[in-house]
Amino acid sequence: MTSTAVTSEKSIDRRATSEERRATVIGVALVILAAFVFWVFGLGVESGVTSLFNLSLPGERFQDLAWEVNSRWLAFLVSAILAFLGGFVLRKSHLKRTNLALAIGLGLLALAFLTWAAAGNSFSLVGMLRSTVILSVAVTLGALTGLMCERVAVINIAIEGQLLTAAFVGTIMGSAWGIWAGLIGAMLTGAILGAVLAVLAIKFRVDQIIAGVVINIFALGLTSFLARRVLSEAQDLNTPGSFPSLKIPILGDIPVLGTMFFDHSMFVYATFILAIVLHLGFFYTRWGLRSRSVGEHPKAADTVGINVYRTRYRNVILGGVIAGFGGAFLTLSQVSRFEENLTAGIGFIGLAAMIFGRWMPLGALGAGLVFGFARALQQKLGILGTPIPSEFLSMTPYIVTIIVVAGVVGRSRPPAADGKPYIKE
Amino acid sequence: MTDSGPPPERRPSDPSARKREARITGVGTSLRRAVVIPALAVLTALIIGGVIIALTDLDTLSVWGSDPMEALRLTLSGVGNAYKALLIGSVGSPRALTETLYAATPLILAGLAVAVGFQAGLFNIGVNGQMHIGGMAALWVGFSVALPGIIHIPLAIVAAMIGGAIWAGIAGLLKARTGAHEVITTIMLNFIALYLVDYVLTTSAFQAPGRNDPLSKPINPSAQFPTLGDFRVNIGFLIALAAVGFVWWLLYRSIIGFQFRAVGFNPDGGRYAGMNVAWVYVGVMAISGALAGVAGTTQVLGLEPYRGISGFAGTLGFDAIALALLGRSHPIGVLFAGLLFGALRAGGREMQGAAGIPVDLVLVLQALVIVFIAAPELVRAIYRIKTPEEETGVTISTGWGG
Repeated sequence: MTSTAVTSEKSIDRRATSEERRATVIGVALVILAAFVFWVFGLGVESGVTSLFNLSLPGERFQDLAWEVNSRWLAFLVSAILAFLGGFVLRKSHLKRTNLALAIGLGLLALAFLTWAAAGNSFSLVGMLRSTVILSVAVTLGALTGLMCERVAVINIAIEGQLLTAAFVGTIMGSAWGIWAGLIGAMLTGAILGAVLAVLAIKFRVDQIIAGVVINIFALGLTSFLARRVLSEAQDLNTPGSFPSLKIPILGDIPVLGTMFFDHSMFVYATFILAIVLHLGFFYTRWGLRSRSVGEHPKAADTVGINVYRTRYRNVILGGVIAGFGGAFLTLSQVSRFEENLTAGIGFIGLAAMIFGRWMPLGALGAGLVFGFARALQQKLGILGTPIPSEFLSMTPYIVTIIVVAGVVGRSRPPAADGKPYIKE
Repeated sequence: MTDSGPPPERRPSDPSARKREARITGVGTSLRRAVVIPALAVLTALIIGGVIIALTDLDTLSVWGSDPMEALRLTLSGVGNAYKALLIGSVGSPRALTETLYAATPLILAGLAVAVGFQAGLFNIGVNGQMHIGGMAALWVGFSVALPGIIHIPLAIVAAMIGGAIWAGIAGLLKARTGAHEVITTIMLNFIALYLVDYVLTTSAFQAPGRNDPLSKPINPSAQFPTLGDFRVNIGFLIALAAVGFVWWLLYRSIIGFQFRAVGFNPDGGRYAGMNVAWVYVGVMAISGALAGVAGTTQVLGLEPYRGISGFAGTLGFDAIALALLGRSHPIGVLFAGLLFGALRAGGREMQGAAGIPVDLVLVLQALVIVFIAAPELVRAIYRIKTPEEETGVTISTGWGG
């Protein structure tokens, strides 16, 4: 963020060439994708076959909405647009639009893929989009947790452990004293683990990766231990109930969009609001500026009177609260039951989403939705019986993250001081 | 934000940061200091483990209200029984001893993989993924050819080493070429490997005939690790011992190892001395991955039912990090740390069977051990040991992503 101000003339030259190189890579990739869509999704289906997308779920106000499309012609259309986008990017006249072109291209690719997968069949598109939103919640909250910590230069790879432990405590307290107690318990648990991470990282200056690994192992061990030793004996502590779905009046009745966004438990709304609030907070308030300065250049922040340690403690603990909220979502909304290793890597997808979203809250939300889409797609593909193994879709978030950190498709840059302990002189 | 210039140097070059880093991984510590803190860390972890056992004993907890003395007696005997079972299950009989060695085998190999990385200043958090890829390579060699065991087993191990080395080499190459931090790439490669294993096990080349779940064909008997009599401990333990010797030689007696340690000590110094730091990163990751691959073979060729299953590496790759820290990144230290954790594993099973304490307690103990090693001030504060020199925390990985 701050590097542009000090970039020397020389590095501006170099950036121009590296952006051009990126444009070449992305342009060629788009053209190859266009050819791929043409051959596989276009010529791969019989002519005249249609794909039927259902756009309403049973019980909605507007029933039997559907979109029927000729599978082959849609693929041809997408292929043409992809080729156009590829040509546009390769012209390199609008380098700033490269990412936009890539995003549009990938979105269209997903559409062409779905049409191909549903060729001669019907497919509940709105159902999948709805589960995209639901599945994105925990990932987004995980990403926001990581972001809260890393913006003040504390690496948090303990998101997974925070989610898991919070989900566990949420289950127990929710079963014993009701769902709201469960929610508060989960958030407190997240905060406590955040505080542990903060103390290890800030006070004891333990390597932050190791601190994160420790918390993950500890969380997995302790929750599995307690689940077997306590929950197996006291079954009634594993029935927390769940938060009800709150349909928003009017908005909830809009076809497709209403079902996607406005007919969920409060966790979903809260996640969207939180991402927006954090984005505004980080980039338009004094708190955000101070937090970011601690993450980019703690010494400078200290010099102007910002308390580096206190800022770090506060943000890491608040991040823990967000993770606790995410953990509560898992057992108090998505499933109403705790099982060993319930999170199964969601925290790490959150970490990936944070990187993919370039350490920005709205980026994290977008990345969460993209990864949620991949997971939703993976669940529905089995129903359609496509030859694409679901495992490859499961890999998507991780492969995307490697591509992003390797800088092939635009580099994602962490806060400058990320992971470095600060020693006040 | 989209700037992709050459990766900035992420590793601190100032000597004090280097010194801090060396302290946690134990690179270059004296023998006495390498023993005291780990021993106290393990002791403290066991004490806290006892408290956890006591606090989760629901039956006894209800007695406290009516008869505190009786409750205290029950608590102490409960914890005592648990740890007695742990001891009996790990060293109480010849069979228990062999079980300890058996459980220690993959831990030692995986721990060596992490330790080699630490010695060169790299954090290979992806041992799990490398074990999976290496294990799959060994599995394929194991069931697809029939050879005499004396050729078959080495061939399978070599395949595993190549598989693991390639998988880790990706992370090394990405770091060398683009500056992508190895922690991120190896975490992501872990998951990719996990799903890859699930997929490959359902392809017709690997899947057992007539099955729908990810379960491979059985490995030919010639590739199965020969066991010691009817005990489960097998030739894998000898391979692990050989690996300890090899890593010791590599690190302390070979030119390559010297380069690894020099770059780990100070990459700028290494570069100044004419070493190709980028290729050292690739080489370190490849060797680390090859060791992880061998660790992977033990989960396939040395384990009933001698088939590939989903996620066969379990949490071994993460246990390995604990091991490397406990063993101060020295091969001999890793050997002893592996034996200790192997004993906890073997004893943990007995504890679960005899005393009804879930084996997951071992994970908790492991996590506590790492905390105390990573934050030695905690241990010093508890036992009131004097702080040597300017003791502060430690950092291996500062920042990531580039």
